[in-house]
Amino acid sequence: MKHLLSAQDLTRDDAVRLLDVAQDFSDVANRSVPKLPTLRGVTMVNLFFEDSTRTRLSFEAAAKRLSADVMTFQVQGSSVSKGESLKDTAQTVEAMGADIIVVRHFSSGAAHRLAHSGWVEAAIINAGDGTHEHPTQALLDAATIRERLVSKARGSDLSGLHVAIVGDIAHSRVARSNVVLLNTLGARVTVVGPPELIPSGIEGWPVATSSDLDSVIDESPDAIMMLRIQKERIKGEFQPASGNYVRNYSLTKDRANRLAEHAIVMHPGPMNRGVEIASDVADSSRSVILDQVRNGVALRMAVLFEVWGGEK
Amino acid sequence: MSARTVLTGSDIDRTLRRIAHEIVEAVPATEKLVLLGIPTRGAVLSERLAQMIESISGTPVPHGILDVTMYRDDLHRGGHRSPVATVIPDQGIDDSVCVLVDDVLFSGRTVRAALDALTAIGRPTMVKLAVLVDRGHRELPIRADHVGKNLPSALGERITVRLLDTDGDEEVQVVS
Repeated sequence: MKHLLSAQDLTRDDAVRLLDVAQDFSDVANRSVPKLPTLRGVTMVNLFFEDSTRTRLSFEAAAKRLSADVMTFQVQGSSVSKGESLKDTAQTVEAMGADIIVVRHFSSGAAHRLAHSGWVEAAIINAGDGTHEHPTQALLDAATIRERLVSKARGSDLSGLHVAIVGDIAHSRVARSNVVLLNTLGARVTVVGPPELIPSGIEGWPVATSSDLDSVIDESPDAIMMLRIQKERIKGEFQPASGNYVRNYSLTKDRANRLAEHAIVMHPGPMNRGVEIASDVADSSRSVILDQVRNGVALRMAVLFEVWGGEK
Repeated sequence: MSARTVLTGSDIDRTLRRIAHEIVEAVPATEKLVLLGIPTRGAVLSERLAQMIESISGTPVPHGILDVTMYRDDLHRGGHRSPVATVIPDQGIDDSVCVLVDDVLFSGRTVRAALDALTAIGRPTMVKLAVLVDRGHRELPIRADHVGKNLPSALGERITVRLLDTDGDEEVQVVS
């Protein structure tokens, strides 16, 4: 695997292998020396054209645990605001020695462009491109679901599980990547949200769609993933009158109590407590939100390992 | 391409038994002995050795699997396999006599990686190396303490070890 651009590029076996490797890496975190020499001498650059705290930090932690050198390029105050293009920026970063470029960009397709335009030789990892994809988030979500809900996790996929994704589906790259990957891994997916936040063309996705959260909860999903409303991507048409949205789509304590005993509650962060998820629920024992963060580091270690040294 | 069998299934069994006796003789019973196999076939061999040693000495031998993929210095050159889970016995390896077990000793780079991997897990008082076949051509100053068969080989030849657990049959061949 030279690049990781999209969840669509991953076969079932690729995805299961990444989850297995990530599982080994999370064991490493518990050792007295939680560091591996695997990427010694390799430079990873975080190239972020869009705000991010957790994804950037997570990649940084992952790279450092593998002994890579890390550089970060944040758009604020950089030459990009002076009009430097993606191409120039990427070539500049590569000239400084980048072997792996982790890119987040507001345009859908930016990572793909970087990987296939011939501008740079470095391995490219997509850390979110516009409303398109965020494959490492989908992988860490799958890792968390597997860890919690599949008894013999190693080597297994997620077949037989039902996952509900609730909220702003239209503007969420997390939802898009998750739908693809969960399907690849054999899970069944239902997306839930107000009609304005369900993307047009959803008929072509391998999912069930609903605008009624309560009836989906009655179907007893194994995992429920709450998404935030991406205010920054919504241009005018729908600003959810919060009262209505909270009434119909928030995961309240009452709704959470109706979930199956084993069901887990997920959120990719950042959370708006009291909007899409009640504070009590976010802190409850069925919440795996911090497990997602923890698995994020291990999973990104696995991705870095794969693009650099994994089976070609 | 021609293949020549140098060890049959029963040769392998006899060879391992000899190595098991050697280990029992070399490691005083007062020492804590741990066997760690290097995947894939080293792990199978270490499990067999552990059983053989137990049947000789009467005490169970803690054994595990030590994956060295993440410690290799040739990752980016490609062509290696996916990592396997490392399994360390519950007692750990601190203050033990730790015997690394692999199928073929060649350049020594795998063993070098294994020594690095060990330091991240604990501190044995002594580390030893047992291999089924030593084919020579070392690139590092590393030698084995227990060798099943010395097999001088040409660089272009390939040594294939086949074991029931991983390959369905059992033999060591030189392929040239």
